[in-house]
Amino acid sequence: MTAPAPAVPSELELGRRRYRRRQTARSVLVAAASTVVFALVVWLTLVNTPGWAAVQGTFFDPSVAARAWPRVFQGLLLNLTVLVFAAAGVLVVSIVIATLRTLRGPVFFPLRAIAAGYTDVFRGMPLIIVLYLVGFGIPGLGFTDERPPAAVLGTVALVLVYSAYVSEVFRAGIEAVHPSQRLAARSLGLSHAQSMRLVILPQAVRKVTPALMNDLVAMQKDVGLISVLGAVDAVRAAQIETAAAFNFTPYVLAGLLFVLLALPLIRLTDWYTARMRRREQMGAVV
Amino acid sequence: MSELLRLSGIRKSFGDREVLRGIDLAVAEGDVVALIGASGSGKSTLLRVVNLLEPIDDGQVLLGGEDISDPRVKPDPVRARIGVVFQHFNLFPHLSVLDNVTLASRHVLRRSRGDAERRALDLLERIGLAEHARSYPDRLSGGQQQRVAIVRAIATDPDLLLLDEVTSALDPELVGEVLELVRELARAGTTILMATHEMAFARDVADRVVFLDGGLVAEEGTPDEVFGSPREPRTREFLARVGGRTGLPPAAET
Ligand SMILES: Nc1ncnc2c1ncn2[C@@H]1O[C@H](COP(=O)(O)OP(=O)(O)O)[C@@H](O)[C@H]1O
Ligand SMILES: [Mg+2]
Repeated sequence: MTAPAPAVPSELELGRRRYRRRQTARSVLVAAASTVVFALVVWLTLVNTPGWAAVQGTFFDPSVAARAWPRVFQGLLLNLTVLVFAAAGVLVVSIVIATLRTLRGPVFFPLRAIAAGYTDVFRGMPLIIVLYLVGFGIPGLGFTDERPPAAVLGTVALVLVYSAYVSEVFRAGIEAVHPSQRLAARSLGLSHAQSMRLVILPQAVRKVTPALMNDLVAMQKDVGLISVLGAVDAVRAAQIETAAAFNFTPYVLAGLLFVLLALPLIRLTDWYTARMRRREQMGAVV
Repeated sequence: MSELLRLSGIRKSFGDREVLRGIDLAVAEGDVVALIGASGSGKSTLLRVVNLLEPIDDGQVLLGGEDISDPRVKPDPVRARIGVVFQHFNLFPHLSVLDNVTLASRHVLRRSRGDAERRALDLLERIGLAEHARSYPDRLSGGQQQRVAIVRAIATDPDLLLLDEVTSALDPELVGEVLELVRELARAGTTILMATHEMAFARDVADRVVFLDGGLVAEEGTPDEVFGSPREPRTREFLARVGGRTGLPPAAET
């Protein structure tokens, strides 16, 4: 048996490809040129403003940045730690809340009501107020002899607030799973809890992953607010350095670090969303 | 042959619309019973009642002599004894074919993963889909998906198999392979209660045919009796409408 000849593009197709290549090259050139021109205009306008020299000195001083770096970086590690623990906490609490809200039947009314009340309260209250209430209220209750570390209290506040949002995202995801999936699961003899855990939640999580990652990006930025409780995170470290140097560069440094921390997450979200869209366009079910 | 399922006096309303108005029906072990009737006549509702997915307003469901409509009976173990295949959205899209088939064996019957997978692969082999065991349902054709759904329903060795119009959502050229699998199960002695609009198939495979109309069993008998010489005028009228008397596929579905 002879192997079929490899497909040889026709003259017509080769012509089309040449044309497309030329078009692509032209677009890239135009884009590059216009970007450079735009950047130059912005730059020249900025440096020619009367106050530029002063602003540059107070906000973008490399030597101040270098001196502030160790402390701000240490602080960022604390932000990162809090982010990891808070994200894990939010995942658990929000799934529990979302599941409670889907329970049917009068027996579960108190649980449903508590879950609903919780989401109402904590979605409405500003994070900064929750931080103060938790940060100064919980130690006041005197569970422990010493005041728990500010970072721990901050994590608790973040979990409380973000779980309220994220549980609503999960609930929307659970409701977006077609009811016949639950029927199919129950008809196999799976219990309500098993159907939830093995069939409904996995599908719900897939549906809401882009939204969840978006909330994670929002939270990684709000982690900086734990500084109001006195935890020495990147923001607080920058504040200390700023006070010492009479110069705002440490804040700019901390801000840039936060952006760098968020970038991988943001890219990952974009990639995942694009992948989901591709699968859906192929007629995939998940 | 002994009686596996008996329904007596089943009543069910949705709001003030009474869909089932006192259904009596028996299925003997090893028999294939076809439920026919116009769209909206309550076939799906009746199947859900058997599987305890639908609470009833009155009547009794006996499975193997046990009253499973008794509220003290735990529904999950009963459902595990009954396999069900619906019209669509049967498979779990986030699980591979193999995991779909083994889910109930592992989590309801508590069989080990190894045992459950051996049995599942054996069944998939028999329907020629073993090579797709690790694929996800969206990679399969509609006919293949529906065959996997049937295999999933019998993987727990249920006493009774309920089929609800398993081919009505399929492209015409995929119907045959699914009906062929049902036919094989019937030959192998599986007890089946199926709602169907495939009259030729019902006539060919069923031991008994039950015609639902107006919330009641309007006529019941062997396929030859019901399709060949229906007693009731409304049966004749229904069959004429769907082309069942000739045993040919319906000329035009509405
Ligand atoms: N969950 C439900 N709520 C309200 N009405 C329903 C529900 N399920 C079925 N029905 C109604 O009951 C009747 C019978 O439906 P069904 O059992 O699906 O009939 P069939 O399967 O024979 O087409 C229809 O009129 C339908 O609208
Ligand atoms: Mg139906």
